[in-house]
Amino acid sequence: MAMTLPDAFDALSQFQQMLDSSRSSGWLDAGPSAGGAYPPLNVFRKGDDVIIITEVPGVRKEDLQVQIKGNTVRIAGTKSVPYGEYASVHRRERLAGKFDRAITLPLEVDPEKAHAECRDGILALFLPRAEHDKPKSIVIS
Amino acid sequence: MATSQALEVQEKKELVSKEEKTFPSRYFIPNTDIFETEDALILAMEIPGVTRENVEINLENDTLRVEARIDYGNYQGLEPLYTEYNVGHFARAFTLSRSLDQQRISAELADGVLRLVLKKAQDAMPRRITIN
Repeated sequence: MAMTLPDAFDALSQFQQMLDSSRSSGWLDAGPSAGGAYPPLNVFRKGDDVIIITEVPGVRKEDLQVQIKGNTVRIAGTKSVPYGEYASVHRRERLAGKFDRAITLPLEVDPEKAHAECRDGILALFLPRAEHDKPKSIVIS
Repeated sequence: MATSQALEVQEKKELVSKEEKTFPSRYFIPNTDIFETEDALILAMEIPGVTRENVEINLENDTLRVEARIDYGNYQGLEPLYTEYNVGHFARAFTLSRSLDQQRISAELADGVLRLVLKKAQDAMPRRITIN
């Protein structure tokens, strides 16, 4: 029997397994997507709302553009990797370039209440589900 | 550098360490650029999601070790619906040459990129010889 430790490391490990198991789940396939595959996205649910998190290290806030129309979200921008002058490069693993990605969510969001945060190379989009799209409870009489 | 090309996705590489960890979570290897200017060696590492206080830089026996930890608390209460990458702490080690001044290493963190500046030792600097 597995031991259950309420330890932060263990919690992260479990979360990593959860992320692995929802890898390329069919959730997003319902709608058409456009543009490139960058940036890679993770889509989460928190209550009724959807949170999209993506890693964009080295991209400045002013170089990012996020648009919402209907239930389509577009993330576009430019990532630059500056070296400065007179530098000789020994190892180059970071990539630079332009990106433009659009995804269509299989539910309706309220674009007025949506907001985005970009901190430490992580872009997070908070997309509240549209009020009229939320499931209604039916009272059983 | 051409910045007009479309950016490709770089799959995150998981760290396979020679040393074993005693806790179960997985680590990733941060993408790193290494370049040299006249007086310094510069390392730029991508560690998205890590704040300044969670970066640990150690120098021991010519080995520079960088460990950057994400704040897992930000993900608590989130239920994954669709994922394309995994998250975890970052770790990477570099062996330094002795021609670097190990006392003068500076670091800064901006937009998820850690930039380490390792100054070259005085005797390793290129010298200009004037001809009389």
